[in-house]
Amino acid sequence: MKQDEQVKLEMNDISIAFPGVQALSSVNFQMMSGTSHALIGANGAGKSTLMKVLAGAYDHYTGEIKLGGKPLTIRKPKDAKDNGIQIVYQEVDMLLIPYLSVAENIMLEKLVHDSKGKSIMSWKKTHSEAAEIMRKIGMELPTGKLVQELTLAEKQLVLIARAASTKCKFLILDEPTAPLSDSETSRLFALIERLKREGVGIIFISHRLPELFRICNDITILRDGQFVTSAPIHSMDQAQVAQYMLGSKLEGQFPERSSNAGELAFEAENIADDDKVHGVSLQVHKGEIVGIAGLVGAGKTELCRILFGAAPKKRGVIRIDGKAIDYKKPHQAVAEGLAMIPEERRREGIFVEETVGVNLTIANITPHTSKKFWLNRKKEKLASQSMISKLGIKTPNEATCVANLSGGNQQKIAIGKWLLADAQVYIFDEPTKGVDIGAKRDIYNLIAELAEQGKSIIFASSEMDEMIGITDRMYVMYDGKVAKELVTAQTSEEEIMVYSTGGQA
Amino acid sequence: MKAANVSRKRINWFDFLYKYGTLITIVVLIAFFGLATDNFLTKDNLIAILRLISITTIIAIGLTLSLAVGGFDLSVGSTASLANAVIISMFVWHSQNFVVSILVVVVLCALIGVINGFLVTSFKIQDMLMTLATMFVIQGIAQTYTRGATISQNMIMPSGDYAEGSIPAIFGQLGKQPWIIIIMLVAVLLVHLLLTHTKYGRYMYMIGGNAEAAKLSGIAVRKYRFIAYVLAALFAGIGGMVLAARVMTAEVNAGAPYLMDAVAAAFIGYSVLGSGKANAFGTLVGAVLIGILSNGLIMLSVPYYAMDIVKGAVLALALGITYYKRKH
Repeated sequence: MKQDEQVKLEMNDISIAFPGVQALSSVNFQMMSGTSHALIGANGAGKSTLMKVLAGAYDHYTGEIKLGGKPLTIRKPKDAKDNGIQIVYQEVDMLLIPYLSVAENIMLEKLVHDSKGKSIMSWKKTHSEAAEIMRKIGMELPTGKLVQELTLAEKQLVLIARAASTKCKFLILDEPTAPLSDSETSRLFALIERLKREGVGIIFISHRLPELFRICNDITILRDGQFVTSAPIHSMDQAQVAQYMLGSKLEGQFPERSSNAGELAFEAENIADDDKVHGVSLQVHKGEIVGIAGLVGAGKTELCRILFGAAPKKRGVIRIDGKAIDYKKPHQAVAEGLAMIPEERRREGIFVEETVGVNLTIANITPHTSKKFWLNRKKEKLASQSMISKLGIKTPNEATCVANLSGGNQQKIAIGKWLLADAQVYIFDEPTKGVDIGAKRDIYNLIAELAEQGKSIIFASSEMDEMIGITDRMYVMYDGKVAKELVTAQTSEEEIMVYSTGGQA
Repeated sequence: MKAANVSRKRINWFDFLYKYGTLITIVVLIAFFGLATDNFLTKDNLIAILRLISITTIIAIGLTLSLAVGGFDLSVGSTASLANAVIISMFVWHSQNFVVSILVVVVLCALIGVINGFLVTSFKIQDMLMTLATMFVIQGIAQTYTRGATISQNMIMPSGDYAEGSIPAIFGQLGKQPWIIIIMLVAVLLVHLLLTHTKYGRYMYMIGGNAEAAKLSGIAVRKYRFIAYVLAALFAGIGGMVLAARVMTAEVNAGAPYLMDAVAAAFIGYSVLGSGKANAFGTLVGAVLIGILSNGLIMLSVPYYAMDIVKGAVLALALGITYYKRKH
């Protein structure tokens, strides 16, 4: 294509805040059409937010967006589309209508917006136009097939075809390769190359560094809602990118502790569900805090759920104190001395409509009953009051409804119920997500204290500083597998990040 | 500032009405019917109301258990029909004694509960839809068993002879006061103790509140949901037997009309004393409310066939208040 047809997309000084968070502060982003641009950052860096601004999902940001030197007003999705900016979100199923055909889904926007005055649908035209669009971008799917019969990868292609059905100058792909197999990824990349030759600019959000280096011309790195750097991608290597993503973190919020790992307590061998987890083995000793590192989507949550019996495993053996134990349900795991603090606190960890007392005693209520049968509200009250003061839960009393407490205090309750249950192996899945700094420190101290008492801790998190700050040893997950086992004292956030993004040292 | 005060006051009013509205309504209705009619406040009539609601309450208590675990057993009315048909047939057709006949029905109802429990816990189908299906199946079984006819003493059998068995007098006593009322009160008391004073009741409510969190707290969700359905079928069976004792025959689908009354009673019960959950005491209060309405309106010469309009409206109101409260 000719050079003078290239247009420049600029986003200058973009800032946006949500209640309690400054998601972006003065971020700049620019790229040319006909190129592909990687946008990368750790969790919460603001890359998805920045792209949502560009796609018109928000109207309360500040800053300016220019296309070919001309300022644009993008305040709603239609503004972005009218200017040729299209986005394909990660959750493909939310954007497709499963019981309609491929052709109808591709032509959806045209059918909705460009059929004024036309009441009768031309099926022939819909199918032939959809086929024409697919031919143009080099994909093959029967136009009459129902979308619910497609694979995830094919659904994604349908969305890209939909974007191409209107005039498309810039296409944003948000983590498009996360659910794809290698061959599907290659197909997607071929399609991207083709779109580039057509003059479309591709913005590619991904955690997977190797593929960014394979497909992208330029890279922009964000961190904590701020612009870090932007450069041609081959002027950097993977280690450098990882370093830019991390930056320097606040020190001193983690407890001082020395490793005192005892005998082997919990062992998992070759755990797999053949979906998100592919053959993970790990060992945890008494008094040891073992990290499961990895970015969002690496399979950490799925692994935790399998280890706790909350999700079925296809293969693998779990041994507790050297004995192979085959539990299939969480209540069986609890009987074996396991406890899990799940990631989705409000949905899975606590009963929001119930009182603090009910929540704290639910995991092990029998000691607080009479004759192991009748509820004894006096005993419950005493047990919950002592737990409230031990964990420093900020609540008027034990009869307060949990819905009225802050996220940090809710998390302390989700942890506290297992302290009353006196478990031996604790699985923490992102325990500090959505928790304020003070409560975070309390939670770290609590975990360190549990290890001190000889409990075994599995600590899954996508925050690299937590891995360094609290664990003794860690397994770094990438794509459902353990990419590397690291001893915390001999590693760095950069090294963890490299393995988390699919790199090799 | 002023606006905030006003809204706070309004919410307090709503909370007050939510908590005590049902009880106040009952008092108001009693006063109203007492003034408007001559016979409403007589001892005989009040006992008649309790007798009237006893079968509804026993069936509704079973339904309450299924609601407590977040389920919904729509098949309780059909199960009562089947229990009614089987118990009468055991006496009339098979000349069995009191104990054997009751045991047969209890085992049969437990089996229905096991099937319901298996179906709702094994498939990811909404409980209400699954039990809608079993409701039809059980109803059909009851009709097939009775060959679509009423079973009664001295009925003519297909062979042309008269049925020889008779219903024991002691069974007939179960359908008369004071026993029918005592059975109802014992059922309410037992389920009240189970749900609010034992750890198993706590587990059931937690499952009903948030099944995923209950599972991840180490509660055997499937087991307790299963138990709730078995108990629901057993209470429906007791309701069906008491119904049989009351009318001494087995009419076609005799239990079916009790389903909607039971549903209404249980849902009115959600708001009693602000519990916000299915509960035994609330279900009793709900049944009392419906009983007073039916009885009083009949005394005011409202035709019986218009009664469903009133019951439906009361149920709509109770549901409206409960769901409004959940959202606010």
